[in-house]
Amino acid sequence: MIQFKLVLLGDSSVGKSSIVTRFVKDQFDLNKESTIGAAFLSQTIKLLDGDSGEEVAIKFEIWDTAGQERYKSLAPMYYRNSNAAIVVYDLCDANSLSKAVKWVNELKEKLGEDNDCIISLIGNKLDITLEDESKRAISFKEGEDFAIENGLYFHEVSAKDNIGIKDIFQEIGESLYKQYKEKRVKNSTANGPGTSGTSNVELNRPSTNDSTSCCS
Amino acid sequence: MDSLDGEEFDVIILGTGITECILSGILSSTKHKKILHIDRQNYYGGDTASINLKQLFEKYNKPTEGLENSKFGRYRDWNVDLIPKLLMSNGELINILISTKVTEYLEFKQISGSYVYHKNGKIYKIPSTEYEAVTSSLLGLFEKNRVKNFLQWVSQYRFEDPKTHQGINWEKNTMEEVYYKFGLGNSSQDFIGHAMALYPTDDYVKQPCKECIERVILYSQSVAKFGPGKSPYLYPLYGLGELPQAFARLSALYGGIYMLNTPISDIKFNEEGKFESLTIPQGTVKAPMVIADPSYFPEKVESTGKKYIRCICLLNHKVSSTDQKDSLQIILPQNQINRKNDIYIAVLGAEHFVTPKGWNLAIVSTILEKDNNDNPLNEIEPALKLLGDIEEKFFEVKEILKPKEDGKKDNVFISKSYDAMSHFESMTEDVKDIYKRVTGEDLVIE
Repeated sequence: MIQFKLVLLGDSSVGKSSIVTRFVKDQFDLNKESTIGAAFLSQTIKLLDGDSGEEVAIKFEIWDTAGQERYKSLAPMYYRNSNAAIVVYDLCDANSLSKAVKWVNELKEKLGEDNDCIISLIGNKLDITLEDESKRAISFKEGEDFAIENGLYFHEVSAKDNIGIKDIFQEIGESLYKQYKEKRVKNSTANGPGTSGTSNVELNRPSTNDSTSCCS
Repeated sequence: MDSLDGEEFDVIILGTGITECILSGILSSTKHKKILHIDRQNYYGGDTASINLKQLFEKYNKPTEGLENSKFGRYRDWNVDLIPKLLMSNGELINILISTKVTEYLEFKQISGSYVYHKNGKIYKIPSTEYEAVTSSLLGLFEKNRVKNFLQWVSQYRFEDPKTHQGINWEKNTMEEVYYKFGLGNSSQDFIGHAMALYPTDDYVKQPCKECIERVILYSQSVAKFGPGKSPYLYPLYGLGELPQAFARLSALYGGIYMLNTPISDIKFNEEGKFESLTIPQGTVKAPMVIADPSYFPEKVESTGKKYIRCICLLNHKVSSTDQKDSLQIILPQNQINRKNDIYIAVLGAEHFVTPKGWNLAIVSTILEKDNNDNPLNEIEPALKLLGDIEEKFFEVKEILKPKEDGKKDNVFISKSYDAMSHFESMTEDVKDIYKRVTGEDLVIE
């Protein structure tokens, strides 16, 4: 199975964990403070390979911030080797889009210019605006404009009402798979991927329950 | 600003070096302590951080202009440890990493070779098994058999079974007596005591042999663990600086609050002299105790009287006589270079993602022996010679500090400076020691 690392970014209380919990467990808990104890969550999606017509499964290893974003203390390790990022803001908080923009810039800086990380900009808490449009603080167009300008995917979603959550991951998954296939073609003509020589030591990677998974 | 004014914690931890981060991770995840973890700097790791080439040049006041397109490749591809150390494959730090599952964030590779220096100016692969002992060119024909006998005796010794002792009692006889019994000469003693048991000086020969033997066993087990023929050492991809980050994440996952780039002022003690609170820009925070690295309480630490020198060398070639290995450790035993302290060299490269391809990083360290030396590099000259042409070097002399008190009086628990040793065993001892003083219990690693 192909495995990808996906990181969540965005300020505290924009609903990062809720999005993951909805995607991975199909649950929503309004009072849940933050994810406790889990190193990262995994979820597998299926998609169709356009060329072969076969179904392929890809697995996301999803890293949540564990609160380390609250005082701008995310470690470089968090960003390292991430294949995709979901940058979240709160549609009902006027400041939160500009903060999301900062997270996008931070991510790009940390990964360096030659990264091919796929970024999705997500406005969360759509349910609140659907109930009462006056609570909306950031228009669809504002979010979309920034996303287009920076080459990001963009959606407005609700983790609470389960609107658009699955689609975020499906879209990212398809894009990652395409990238993966292109790279594989390139590497088969060149001389294999980056690392040479010895392989890594397997101390234990018990995080996932399938033994075939490894570093992507 | 997200205020924390008046907030109470179980433990406040200052500094994000590896010692502090392991304690934070364990106290948070297994003891469910509410932790506030602060660093005044804007990066994780303190003295145990790994920094990129630009940060390295800045730290040593070398000009960074043009570094982006220089011969050194991309500066981001460098991850240079400020304190070089390797992990024994079967050592306590690996046990801690596995038991806390922090291994989920880290990837390791073996160090390809482990070498020892001989006064003839050459380096030799360290024999660690009976087979390697008899094939090593380090040992003369007769010596080979004696070392083989010694290693056999070590591997068969059972404490409860006197038949396996061959007259040696581990708790009573000294290592000197063991060497005498097996007729081991100076150069064998040097590689057993310094390159396998990793003693930095010769003080151990007068001590009961048990500790030394246990260290030799640790070495042999570590060599065997991930396939013999290489070295007993592991090293994380992207540098040691990954370790404190991984433990910090563990702590955060269980609710630990992290604040980098946060200045501390106004540390207050109550009338009994016990720690009470400190102030940060987000307000005054309280806790019954604080754990800190020595730099946060300069008045509460003292010098051990020892200074170490550390010299970071950038090489655009492999170290010679090592079969083009990309990563290795070389130990220069004190006797072989007429010193009292061993010199350690850690060589790392692109296989561990700490340099761009075509480059190697060699970090030389030892305890300084001459006071007021105008040119401390003199002391590590035999090591520098082994490295061949050095494209750039950075060196630093630092005092090794230790806390004056054990923290019981003021509830301020201070870690020790990292020593010049090549491995982490003394750091994990400090972690266990602080853990015991803080919780009153032994740290049990499963």
